[in-house]
Amino acid sequence: MTHIEPRTWERFFWPVLVCALLLALWHYCVVWTATRIFPSPLEVERGMAELLRQNVLWGDIVDSLRRVAVGFGAAAVLGIPLGLIFGWYPAANQVVNPAMQILRPISPIAWIPVAIIFFGVGDNAAIFLIFLGAFFPIVVSCTDGVSNVPSVSRRAGRNFGLSPLQLLAKVVFPAALPQIIVGLRIALGIAWLVVVAAEMIAVDSGLGYLIIDSRNSGKRYDLVVAAMLLIGVIGLALDLGFRKLERIKSVRWGFRDDS
Amino acid sequence: MPLMETLVKPVALKTKLCAERVDMVFHRDTKTTEVLNDINLEVSDGEFVCLLGPSGCGKSTLLSIMAGFLTPTSGHIRIDGEVVRGPDPRRIFVFQERGVFPWLTVEGNIGFGLFRLPRPEREQRIAYYVKMVGLQGFEKTYPPELSGGMKQRLEVARALAVNPDMLFLDEPFGALDSITRLIMRGELLRIWEAERKTIIFVTHDIDEAVQLADRVVVMSARPASVQQIVSIDIPHPRDISSPRYLELRDGIFKQIGLAHRV
Repeated sequence: MTHIEPRTWERFFWPVLVCALLLALWHYCVVWTATRIFPSPLEVERGMAELLRQNVLWGDIVDSLRRVAVGFGAAAVLGIPLGLIFGWYPAANQVVNPAMQILRPISPIAWIPVAIIFFGVGDNAAIFLIFLGAFFPIVVSCTDGVSNVPSVSRRAGRNFGLSPLQLLAKVVFPAALPQIIVGLRIALGIAWLVVVAAEMIAVDSGLGYLIIDSRNSGKRYDLVVAAMLLIGVIGLALDLGFRKLERIKSVRWGFRDDS
Repeated sequence: MPLMETLVKPVALKTKLCAERVDMVFHRDTKTTEVLNDINLEVSDGEFVCLLGPSGCGKSTLLSIMAGFLTPTSGHIRIDGEVVRGPDPRRIFVFQERGVFPWLTVEGNIGFGLFRLPRPEREQRIAYYVKMVGLQGFEKTYPPELSGGMKQRLEVARALAVNPDMLFLDEPFGALDSITRLIMRGELLRIWEAERKTIIFVTHDIDEAVQLADRVVVMSARPASVQQIVSIDIPHPRDISSPRYLELRDGIFKQIGLAHRV
């Protein structure tokens, strides 16, 4: 089967068309149902403009991003070395893995009461929840990445007289890096999901707070939906930014070219 | 001229590698597999030896033991009189495939084993071996962008760059197409004649063995033992249609128990 490259204009045209159709569908649904509660796209647009004028939006965006940066950063700083250790010493992994597999499926949302006991209502509780959401996928991908390093690579490294630490730094880590990056990307996506939930409960700033606050103070659903769309766009931007990492030449071999 | 006479006089070949009563038994779950059975072999300094045998007979296992990656169940390998206890940069193993590091450029791969050298010397060596294996212009290229033959040359260059005195090659050209394989054999012989490393080369290709080796070690099916050692007394470059070549090749075919008819 021959694969035909889409033309440049087509690559933009069709996705834009789909978005436009969805907006139209949304608009006419609002019109047909004559709802007074749910906003139309135009109302949302006006709400967005209002938020921008009031200058609170940037503060909320920055607060959300800051929490994600700290929580995700801490998860990476702790999770990558731990994952390397677990991958490197399968015995350590066998001991810790069952406990991790029990903790891993627990949604960070379920941790909210516990987080509030630990950290009180505030920034730290939110950051802790983000950390929890990001930590496990990072550890798991890192462990898998290391244990999937082909024995040929390890042998080649040993053959050239590398010490165990050099082997880890010069062979195992670069060999596992593509998989680690995939784990980080998934973790960042989860962190962005969790920050919204955490901000609805633990703090009084950020995009999650904006949503819950807009609803509670005057049922401003135009602002709710505006904040939702903003969350979507920023999430997409974060993911695209992270995908740039996959194009770095020393890790590109680990990703399929057509992705 | 008496001086000339002493120069020309053949020197007794020094033994480089010696396998003494090597047995290998793998235990997996409740199953035991006897892979190698009483392997005895001597390889001289600078010699090119092919280990030839059917697929899965254990010749790669033997090579891994020689390189120090595996410890034999009994018996041992001596190199330069010392028992092998692990891998060593003086003896480099070239893998069947995917031995090059995809996260390093051609230069990075060739320089991989040279991390103890000062930078200028390292760069000089890299440049020398890039040229030797004909990868000029690809110094900054990453392996996924190279062809199979280029990757294999790169791995050979990486091995040679640390100036080992032995090379272990495990079916290095097995994944290449037949034309590239022929070219690579010529290249390997050229490099071997220039650098005179001791080479142990594992293959299941009878022609390849007879084209390359000083001696062909024919191994039996599992558990592998040395069935016969054939000296290939044809000078390089070898005429692969000469009667002597065909005679030696057919001898090995018969030894392995194959009629050379398709």
